Amino acid sequence: MDKNNLSEFIIEKGLFIMAIFSIIIIFLIISFVLLEGLPAFEDYGFFQFIFGLTWAPNDSQYGVFAMIIGSICVTLLAMLMAVPLSLLCAIFMAEVAPSKVRKILKPVIETLSGIPSVVYGFFGLIVLVPIIRENFGGTGFSMFTASLILAVMVLPTIITLSQDSLRSVPHEYREASLGLGATNWQTIKNIIFPAALPGIITSIILGMGRAIGETLAVIMVAGNVVQIPNSIFDPVRTLTANIAIEMGYATGLHYNALFGTGIVLFIIIIGLLVVANYIQHKYKVDVGGGYL
Amino acid sequence: MNSKYKKIILVILIIVGAYLLINPGSNYERIDIVGSTSVQPVAEKLATEFMKNHPNIKVYVQGGGSGTGIRSAEQGIASIGMSSKELDENEKKNLTEIEIGKEGIVIAVNNKNNISELTINQIKDIFNGKVTNWKDIGGNDLEIHIITREEGSGTRSAFESIVMGSTKIKSDAIVQSSTEAVKQSVSSDPGAIGFVSFAHMSEEVKALSVDNIYPTEETISNGEYELQRPFLFLIKGKSSGIVEEFLNWVKSPAGNKIIKEEKIIPS
Repeated sequence: MDKNNLSEFIIEKGLFIMAIFSIIIIFLIISFVLLEGLPAFEDYGFFQFIFGLTWAPNDSQYGVFAMIIGSICVTLLAMLMAVPLSLLCAIFMAEVAPSKVRKILKPVIETLSGIPSVVYGFFGLIVLVPIIRENFGGTGFSMFTASLILAVMVLPTIITLSQDSLRSVPHEYREASLGLGATNWQTIKNIIFPAALPGIITSIILGMGRAIGETLAVIMVAGNVVQIPNSIFDPVRTLTANIAIEMGYATGLHYNALFGTGIVLFIIIIGLLVVANYIQHKYKVDVGGGYL
Repeated sequence: MNSKYKKIILVILIIVGAYLLINPGSNYERIDIVGSTSVQPVAEKLATEFMKNHPNIKVYVQGGGSGTGIRSAEQGIASIGMSSKELDENEKKNLTEIEIGKEGIVIAVNNKNNISELTINQIKDIFNGKVTNWKDIGGNDLEIHIITREEGSGTRSAFESIVMGSTKIKSDAIVQSSTEAVKQSVSSDPGAIGFVSFAHMSEEVKALSVDNIYPTEETISNGEYELQRPFLFLIKGKSSGIVEEFLNWVKSPAGNKIIKEEKIIPS
């Protein structure tokens, strides 16, 4: 009896320590990024840093506004392409597809998420960039190219999660609707989709988080020019690309400014997560067995 | 109960094994070389060859960029820093430079481009945005797309100091973060121009003559081809025994042979 209690105790505390460990690591990372990034805000000025239009480390100019706009535009455009596509795909897979088709589709979509981002980037550089250049002019390195790649990359996230939430709608809803004489499509449109909406919105926000954080693929196709784009065929630089491109060379304030860029990115992603959490709690729907 | 002990023993064995794998004793001495990704390939070749002859010394080569190389050498994190750009006065104070060779910077255009030579001034005007169409310098009617490297890149700073003078590379030039990516971009775009290191040149893109001189090993080594930069090893203060041994070996005929094979011209 005693021994049982002891092993229970050890296992319980062991699990607790493991859980705490990951939290500690996250806090270590956060505090490190903040410590390294804050000098940039202090020395250069917070508003000047956020709203500055020129990024020229060699002339000590560290304005990230163009890159904030770049990140947001690339992400929004990618979501604009990915959301309709992936929602329709999720509805198809959850409600319409016969189980044989589903058995093929599911692994294919999972494979999509397993492809390393450098492969997406290389594909974009070799295939998409020349196509965009020949059809739309410019250099081919553009916001649009990057968004296209990102749209494909976030498809699996949105499809898988929204499919989960569609399938977790209680069966009674479906049966009641069909029993009242509604067609299959009417049931999906009026009953199942609205009931699954909070989960779907969460999946979209998580996809957005993935899109905004993606780095390597974007570096290879976005052109990385620090400017506010005039059209979707102009090259842009995203926040993540800025950090990855220049980290190897940065010293002094430049180094801090790159961590500052990281803080900005961090704030944006935390904002997204808070919204996702809020929506889930408000509608009390849990996706895949738990809140975010 | 018995199986429980077995499990515990297994866990301990795994931990010990992992420890041994990560930290395989210290019966050899190590040299850490960190820095410029341009110098990295040749440094790796040198390291491999050196280790064959000196089994009790391990040489680790890492990239990270010239900036990282200079910083790591200054802070003593690495035994040797690699840089592909000249040091400024401040950096020179703390570090000793050992030039292992010179490398050319090649102006590359698409194979379909009919231009085969430019003057330094023309290159400058292209990169600072004064000339925007190939027809202005005798080519086809095609917009010029400039592909450049990121700020801080050794290749870019060497290019800027030799070609650009007081002007700047125009701000809306496409930035690619490696020589290979620049080459890839140029090879797929008929209107593109970029600069790549001589060692990375291949058939995929066309090298231009600059001021009538085509970049070859000969023209780079005798200095006729102007676009070139040094490959430097950096050490802080006096080098220790094994580092000294490595550097001497690099400077020896055996070392020079490997440097030459990598299309770098030993100095």
